[in-house]
Amino acid sequence: MTAQRRTDGAPLLEVRDLEMRFPISRGMFRAPVDFVHAVDGISFDIARGESLGLVGESGCGKSTTGRMLLKLVEPTGGTMMFRDGDYERDIASIKGSAVKEYRAKSQMIFQDPYESMNPRRTIYDTISEPLTIQKVGTVPDREKRVLRMLRMVGLTPPENFLFRYPHELSGGQRQRVAVARTLVMNPSFVVADEPTSMLDVSIRISIMELMSNLAKEMGVSYLYITHDLAVARYMCDRIAVMYLGKIVESGPTEEILARPKHPYTKALLSAVPVPDPSIRRTPVEIKGGISKAINPPPECRFIQRCPFAAEVCQNNPHPPLEQRGPDHVVACYRVDEIEALLGTPHVVVES
Amino acid sequence: MTISLEALKARQIDPTAPLLEVDRLVMHYKIKAGEVSAVDDVSFTVHQGEAVGLVGESGCGKTSIALSLLRLLPSNAMYVSGEIRLNGEDLLWLSPEEMRQRRWKEIAMVFQGAMNSWNPVYRIGDQIRETLDTHYRGIMNYRQQREHMEKLFNAVGLPAAMLDRYPHEFSGGMRQRAVIAMALACSPELIIADEPTTALDVIVQDQILKELKRIQSELGMSIIYISHDIAVIAEVTDSLGVMYAGKLVEYGPTKDVFARPKHPYAYLLLRSTPSITGPRRQLAPLEGEPPDLLHPPTGCRFHPRCPFATDQCITDEPPLEDIGGGHRVACWHHDEVPDLEEALQR
Repeated sequence: MTAQRRTDGAPLLEVRDLEMRFPISRGMFRAPVDFVHAVDGISFDIARGESLGLVGESGCGKSTTGRMLLKLVEPTGGTMMFRDGDYERDIASIKGSAVKEYRAKSQMIFQDPYESMNPRRTIYDTISEPLTIQKVGTVPDREKRVLRMLRMVGLTPPENFLFRYPHELSGGQRQRVAVARTLVMNPSFVVADEPTSMLDVSIRISIMELMSNLAKEMGVSYLYITHDLAVARYMCDRIAVMYLGKIVESGPTEEILARPKHPYTKALLSAVPVPDPSIRRTPVEIKGGISKAINPPPECRFIQRCPFAAEVCQNNPHPPLEQRGPDHVVACYRVDEIEALLGTPHVVVES
Repeated sequence: MTISLEALKARQIDPTAPLLEVDRLVMHYKIKAGEVSAVDDVSFTVHQGEAVGLVGESGCGKTSIALSLLRLLPSNAMYVSGEIRLNGEDLLWLSPEEMRQRRWKEIAMVFQGAMNSWNPVYRIGDQIRETLDTHYRGIMNYRQQREHMEKLFNAVGLPAAMLDRYPHEFSGGMRQRAVIAMALACSPELIIADEPTTALDVIVQDQILKELKRIQSELGMSIIYISHDIAVIAEVTDSLGVMYAGKLVEYGPTKDVFARPKHPYAYLLLRSTPSITGPRRQLAPLEGEPPDLLHPPTGCRFHPRCPFATDQCITDEPPLEDIGGGHRVACWHHDEVPDLEEALQR
């Protein structure tokens, strides 16, 4: 059973058994003996126009997954079927000019609007660069498109921004430029890696709104990478929770937040601070911090930190994702026992 | 003199006694283009054993206040007027040497980047020892220092053997715990925590905040939390100040401010924070950008972005008025806009 969504028609992206192992060399001329299993056989679908949130702690493999989907790193295994109109490819195996063709359909938004822009290039240069690379239209066409994009991201009047440099803009305006650059090619798929975590609260909301409105308007699918579950709640239709290279739980956003089943998801949710002092959280304590997935043992990845680990977890391989609700899959052998022990709600309201 | 944690624990706490009083503080940064009005007429009091939070966006002056309390501002900063009194003594009039004597011993700090707070080439224990050497020269011998540091590490949940390790051998959360241990080293009465958990993962953040809260209540210390993360502040503080463009616009008991935010900025800030609990309500974005503090707006500094601004807001500066129960608001219209929620929906 994979974390897939039942929809009519094929999904935009169908990822199967995706795997990334980084070798660790012990000495310059020695063959690598150890591997970091950064992403270890994950499968999921992203439907057209859907936004999938990939959440987890640093080091869980969520950014690596995003980078593989854009061919920024080559996966060491698995397939990624991408279907958009007539275009149908396993992007895991494409190379060279085919990658360039794929990049016209897929884009990325980075975390830091200060680091992801060339300080010596004007806003016009920055936004029109994808058009130039893909040889779209004539120069006047490109200019028109850039102006339209600036208007769409709320930088008005656009003429005032065209020939400015990034340092002349505020953080929020820069991130708007980043959104414009991402969407100027009219992509069908965007990987957004923590696009709002560097921004102030008030600006964050407007960028989130902008991204989801434009996504609806232009029919863009997102892979939204974040460690902030509250942000994921507002941006994502579905959530997949990753732990040490594995998806441990996935399902519709509200379902996951209301009825988390994997002990890791429960711990993660119970650790999120609540912006309301009248609410007390009931903690689900787990041990220690996240480790690295260097040559991981076959049993459940979470076993070291899991307060509910039992013999069944010791003696079996990492649990498969199993259906535990409508479109809700969980990778844990002891879901029912944990449910009986803890119950589902993870916050209680203080009177 | 309190050296041991036990002595600190045994101290009598009077929750009504002021420990730190910031009184009408005005602070400017001098730059080529003029003077940036970074902190303008800010007053608040931290009582013994109290946890106070300061929230606001980048550039609102919250970190400037933290650095002012420690007198660690860059050289282009100027105190224009006001006082910062710790136990009745004005810190702004102390000589640099006198101030140095008070840092760590009376006011300690937990900084944002736990990664950068340590010197990578010294063992963590030796770096904490340096602080003890400065403040307890001739009072503690080497063995006593070691014992004291082991107790500190115990108090923050680190194994004592980690004292002999180098910073790179610590994970992010452990390093932040070590920073807290260091802040406790000289048993200060006040800890200033500037974004203490910002770079940490949510589970580790939760552990660190719990640790800080437990230590604070066990040792009866006061803490000033400075953060842009409203959810964190909501959970750990007793009182809360909301800052905007160098001004304290609202201050009061955390529960009151969250239940009934009276300043439009505070209201919008609290309402634009996404939460994983409760109904998934519409978030209210704040239009516009924070003002340029070289030329702060006339009257109320929030008026250019405020949905309720009137002529009075443009010309006159609203005072920070007490509206009961220690809840103070700087807005001309805080009682004329009884239900912001309703007004905003229109």
